[in-house]
Amino acid sequence: MQKKYVVLAALGLAVSSAHVLLGSPAKPAGSAVITGKVSYSGTPPKMKPIDMSKEPVCAKEHNPPDKTQNVVTGDTDALQWVVVYISAGDQGGAAPSAPVRFDQKGCMYLPHVLAMEVDQPLEIYSNDPVAHNIHPMPKINNEWNKSQPPGSPPIQTKWDKPEFIPVKCNIHPWMHGYFAVLRTSHYDITGEDGKFSLKGLPPGKYTVTAWQEQYGSQSQEVTITAGETKTVNFVFKVLPYSF
Amino acid sequence: MKLTIKAASYFFSGFLVLAFMGAITCFAQIDHNITPYTKTMTSNIHGITGRAYGDGQMRPDVGVQLFRRYCVGCHGPQGNGEGENASWIDPKPRDFTVATFECRSTPTGTLPTDEDLFDSITRGFVTTNMPSWKALTVQDRADLIAMVKSFSPRWEKDKPGTPITIPPEPALTIESILRGRQNFDKLQCWKCHGPEGHGDGPSASTLTNDKGDPIRPYNFSTGTRFKCGATNQDLYRIFMTGLDGTPMPSFADVVKPDEAWDLVHFLRTLQVSLKTPELALFRKWVAAHPGQLKPIGQEQAP
Repeated sequence: MQKKYVVLAALGLAVSSAHVLLGSPAKPAGSAVITGKVSYSGTPPKMKPIDMSKEPVCAKEHNPPDKTQNVVTGDTDALQWVVVYISAGDQGGAAPSAPVRFDQKGCMYLPHVLAMEVDQPLEIYSNDPVAHNIHPMPKINNEWNKSQPPGSPPIQTKWDKPEFIPVKCNIHPWMHGYFAVLRTSHYDITGEDGKFSLKGLPPGKYTVTAWQEQYGSQSQEVTITAGETKTVNFVFKVLPYSF
Repeated sequence: MKLTIKAASYFFSGFLVLAFMGAITCFAQIDHNITPYTKTMTSNIHGITGRAYGDGQMRPDVGVQLFRRYCVGCHGPQGNGEGENASWIDPKPRDFTVATFECRSTPTGTLPTDEDLFDSITRGFVTTNMPSWKALTVQDRADLIAMVKSFSPRWEKDKPGTPITIPPEPALTIESILRGRQNFDKLQCWKCHGPEGHGDGPSASTLTNDKGDPIRPYNFSTGTRFKCGATNQDLYRIFMTGLDGTPMPSFADVVKPDEAWDLVHFLRTLQVSLKTPELALFRKWVAAHPGQLKPIGQEQAP
């Protein structure tokens, strides 16, 4: 019995050390998890219905109308669309080659906030029968502005510096989105339950940052050991008006 | 006796306070201490090298001195468009610190060439407070371009884009104009520019530039010179590179060069107050084919 396990262990060690020795380009895998919830305290602003009457083709697709998305709350006191990521302590690696996708559908951006890594390919699709223009407004990266009339191919691009980039359409002023360009592969965006989970972390000391488009960033430091799951919660103080 | 001296000392100290306040307000308002990001930027215009600072020979610091004389009032000592005149003018002066420029021969998202900047200050921007600086010598303007580039770190990191190729203009035909008209409809330029190019499209009233200031789309019917030139080539370049910093996007990825020339021919017919061969040809055709033109901006297949 013991012999079998020893053999298996030796095999496992041989395989994993061969993997390491062969110089795998992947970042060091880990097994620790940082999880938690982003919530708000105070009274959040009421999200308003979007008036798309200037674009009847899109207005038809939203009955009842979609709401603005600058402060989206979820179950109980959950805060949605918060980007939670490792801002320090993470060993960077090569950018992933798989593209991330940003859609325009019914004159709305899907998703509202799209996270990606520095230099990761980004594909922007338009599924609407109306013309849009994609106008990211970065302050650190280079700004550009391209037209996407109906039937045009996806725009292929990438960002080379980390930044939270607002993106808008000038033709449809209610369209607002964000590109969260990050230097880490450990990130998550909260949904309706406000929960996030950063998996596959090697043991170490990290700074976890939560960013919300109206309320900015909050950070906490976490030290984590192999295989540990630690909980880190964020609470944003909200005000009852949009800005 | 005591009263007089006391009174006199009060007056004197009061005078000193007033003089001090006067001096402060007089000098504090106008700070011409120009603070660029770098002092070593140069420009190359038609083989002439322009410099903001230093020259070592007969023209020390000419660029910055010209800037102080002609430009700082609007563009500000930090080159960020916040000169003392800025609060009184609209559109606001260019912010050189972000290195985003409207009139370029290079693709959207890239820096303009030195020649683009030179052309911009030579031409000025009609319908704005930016005058034409043609009266200055080519060397002076080259020095000023070096000064403009000195305000942003981007010029040290990025190279200007590759200027787009503008193919020779094909012959003007009514077919070209009508194709251009169809494209104007399909690309939905009228959403901002309006079906007749009056700058009154459904989205026109909500347009803002990068700084959040309201901005109007070009009204073709006035016939004023375009932001970035007056020729057909300039018009071609405007929508094939986009006006960075404004809502006007680049159509380079979605319009082919021959389609672009068709669009140029059609856009000239919108400038109803100019005497252009395009407008004359178009009017003749419309008179000979009444009721054949479908109005623009009508069909939107759901």
